[in-house]
Amino acid sequence: MTNSWTDIQNADVVVIMGGNAAEAHPCGFKWVTEAKANHGAKLVVVDPRFTRSAALADYYCPIRPGTDIAFLGGVINYLLSNNKFHKEYVANYTNAAFIVREGFKFDPESGLYSGYNADKHSYDRSEWEYEIGPDGIAVLDREMTNPRSVMQLLKQHYSRYTPEMVSSVTGSPKDKFLKVCEYLASTGNGERSATFMYALGWTQHTHGSQNIRTAAMVQLLLGNIGVPGGGINALRGHSNVQGYTDIGVMTHLIPGYLGMPKDSEVDFKTYLGNRNFKPLQPGQTSYWQNYNKFAVSFFKAMFGAKATPENGFGYDWFPKADRSYDHLAQFEDMHQGKINGYICQGFNPLWSTPNKNKVAEGLAKLKWLVSIDPLETETARFWENHGEFNIAEPSKIKTEVFMLPVGCFAEEDGSLTNSNRAILWHEKGADMPGEAKGDAAVLAELFVRIRDMYKKDGGKAPDPILNTDWSYHDPKNPEAVELLKELNGRALTDLADATGKVTRPAGQQLSSFGELRDDGSTMAACWIYTGAYTSAGNITARRDNSDPSGKGVHPNWGFAWPANRRILYNRASADPQGKPWSEKKAYVYWDGAKWTGADVPDYGPTVAPDKNVGPFIMNPEGVSRLFARKFMAEGPFPEHYEPMESPLDNAFHPKTNKNPAVRIYKDDVAQLGTTKDFPFVGTTYRLTEHFHYWTKHVHINASLQPEQFVEISEELAKDKGIANGGWVRVWSKRGSIKAKAVVTKRIKPIMCGNTPVHVVGIPIHWGFVGVARKGFATNTLTPFVGDANSQAPEFKAFLVNIEPAAAPVA
Amino acid sequence: MNVELSRRQFVIGAGAGAAGTALGAFGFGEVEQAYATTIRPFKLASLKEARNTCPYCSVSCGMILYSKENPQTKKMDLVHIEGDVDHPVNRGTLCPKGAAALDFVHSKTRVHYPMHRKPGGDKFERVSWDFALDRIAKLIKEDRDANFMEKNKDGATVNRLTTTGLLGGCAASNESGWLTYKFARSLGIVQLDNQARI
Repeated sequence: MTNSWTDIQNADVVVIMGGNAAEAHPCGFKWVTEAKANHGAKLVVVDPRFTRSAALADYYCPIRPGTDIAFLGGVINYLLSNNKFHKEYVANYTNAAFIVREGFKFDPESGLYSGYNADKHSYDRSEWEYEIGPDGIAVLDREMTNPRSVMQLLKQHYSRYTPEMVSSVTGSPKDKFLKVCEYLASTGNGERSATFMYALGWTQHTHGSQNIRTAAMVQLLLGNIGVPGGGINALRGHSNVQGYTDIGVMTHLIPGYLGMPKDSEVDFKTYLGNRNFKPLQPGQTSYWQNYNKFAVSFFKAMFGAKATPENGFGYDWFPKADRSYDHLAQFEDMHQGKINGYICQGFNPLWSTPNKNKVAEGLAKLKWLVSIDPLETETARFWENHGEFNIAEPSKIKTEVFMLPVGCFAEEDGSLTNSNRAILWHEKGADMPGEAKGDAAVLAELFVRIRDMYKKDGGKAPDPILNTDWSYHDPKNPEAVELLKELNGRALTDLADATGKVTRPAGQQLSSFGELRDDGSTMAACWIYTGAYTSAGNITARRDNSDPSGKGVHPNWGFAWPANRRILYNRASADPQGKPWSEKKAYVYWDGAKWTGADVPDYGPTVAPDKNVGPFIMNPEGVSRLFARKFMAEGPFPEHYEPMESPLDNAFHPKTNKNPAVRIYKDDVAQLGTTKDFPFVGTTYRLTEHFHYWTKHVHINASLQPEQFVEISEELAKDKGIANGGWVRVWSKRGSIKAKAVVTKRIKPIMCGNTPVHVVGIPIHWGFVGVARKGFATNTLTPFVGDANSQAPEFKAFLVNIEPAAAPVA
Repeated sequence: MNVELSRRQFVIGAGAGAAGTALGAFGFGEVEQAYATTIRPFKLASLKEARNTCPYCSVSCGMILYSKENPQTKKMDLVHIEGDVDHPVNRGTLCPKGAAALDFVHSKTRVHYPMHRKPGGDKFERVSWDFALDRIAKLIKEDRDANFMEKNKDGATVNRLTTTGLLGGCAASNESGWLTYKFARSLGIVQLDNQARI
């Protein structure tokens, strides 16, 4: 989230699209209720289903699954063609005035950008860039009238997204679409603000990242980024999925969003050189210019005293990645027999990964599998036969499997990072059951054993292991506080300022990432977490819930990265002269000597407005990007592409129906279905009473929603002869499940032109382990393909068929 | 800590008989004391409290956990969970999942002991931690020794292992996450991802 849960109370318009906060984030949704009750905010919900968020909305608009870019592109067209955007914000705080290279083109006929390589399914993106002057500075047209300016290219690109076109593609009635546009447009003035709340309804598409970008572009055009009650807010799904991302437990990351080294980056100097964020406009902050300090401090946390300037701070010992090893790529490798051993830490991939049958085949090819989980999972028991729910022949599955017991939230000290980047400490409230250990202790025990074997017996390349800093008080059970201190970082030698005065003695915890150095005199595992555990103690444990500004900032409750900022880009809440856009939306502003207000300024604290430093300090341009340059796989402007399985051709360009930059494996192409056999659109989701595959272990929740069901419209039920409460079979090209049918008015056929599109709603929560009734993996149905940028799987729009059926046999 | 007396503290204080100052102010001090001794303290006054966070979605509602020592096992058992009224986001509320989190902790399908399934076996069998950890450490080392790539075909140092993978969680702490990261990268594991990808 750019903003916070409590900030939603400041919004005038709340758009829930690609999410269902009332059901999936109920206690966060209360801030929408506050905004509605306290100052008449309007809630707008755009969703294929009439969800409980929709039931509480002031305005509901249906949409066909997978067509959000068409809808939001239409909003962009509406704002630009009706002159309803925030001109001063757009001119000064976005790249609308930047000139784009001549080599960048979009062909509306083919639906492709320049640089496409059909064989590689990818683009050469080198021309997707600004015109750069001889001084290395990007060329601008402040009037934004140059036909090569981002503003003009943007107008041209989205001029095709007319209300008529939007309506025929998305199935949203034209009047309803226009009404949503009007709600949004009412905020493009600095007096009012709108927020977008989204979740996996946007990410789980082959164009998921671009769904979010399109919404972010709408918000930039309206001047709604960096302001109270604004922002683009990802409602994250798990209690610490934000923290695990921040800390970089991902194929492509080093903690704090640093990049994983590539094979071509043969030494530390080359690695850093490729991350040289030279400003593209004079005097811009371009904060990533400090990359070296963050990276060196990380390597000092990784390899301790063994990391020296002479050995590139241990860079050689660190693995290099020749490609992406993301979750889908891992299961593809596993299916090809290229993985021998696999550790699942609090993860149930047999149920969470697309194409369950493919995943089960992959798991059966492993030599060994370790599940480290408080609960028994389907994955740990994948080799068991559970009839229709999980067909297996144990004697033929040679995988050695371990289930290791670990504590859960209630049984450990530690911190979690919530959706709005607030790191919050929690305390152990009970002992673990049986012989369970902490997650960290299990891996620490393994690490010490492996390290001791390498010490004693030798083996291949022992150096990276032997040189890893593991100097914990108890190497087999590092304490949470020790690890948080390491994430925060400390001075390794006395740190002095330019005059030689010691500002931070050796050994002391750091207060801010501004203190980090690139000479090895500081260590910090995750630079954005610096400030979480300082010499003043554990900042994440703060419980002062006061709110001095009355704007829902709560600055002394825990610690929000970065630097305890609660709203990102908050310098943009003031105009170029540093004055709030309006009194009502005053947040961070210039008082003549410094930036002040309700929050920690996301800006140099004493940089005067007349220095013309842009508010988007992480970007070398200093401004935000309506044109994404070369950073998105399928193009700098989001374009509507149909889901990989879709009932309709792409009305914009039938020649390029789907996202042309999607990565899909050969076997999975063969497992894509067509409307001939699979005429209906499946979409998966959560229920209020359940959380993924955990709460089927919980007596109360298993009682509240005991049995698997799917939701269909009355019209589809009639067509297929399906009775409310009767058993149905739902199947896709990948496999088949059975469930009870709930026939409901909450799902209606969506009319795209003259074509009705029927949606089959598929809640996900049942399995063969737990106390609820046995159920099927809904991911038996889903296609094994992900977003072209993030590789998040396409769970929200795929093709299925449905028919009445007999009850399953366990 | 908030300087204001929270509702929780007030309830505990009142339950333990420390309040009742209104009667005292009217000069009935002895009556007040006698009355106070007849009030049974709230059960929660005798419990250990811990602040915690709901394990489910990322609203991260504040929770207060209440536990007491089990006389048989000498372990602290969780007996009650309620929403943290001082938490600025959830302000004491919990959804149907969070409100039932006690049953999650006490679920019958929690794993209590290290369990092992032999290749081709038809059941899990209880094993000792030493057996499990020694065996897994040996399996990892065997795979690493056999398949670790020090240099790629161009001779560049790459120090990676692609044949052992690790899928990280989504509800473990940041601290566990950091140790997981260190563990994986130290071994050269590049097959590393977490729930955020989905």
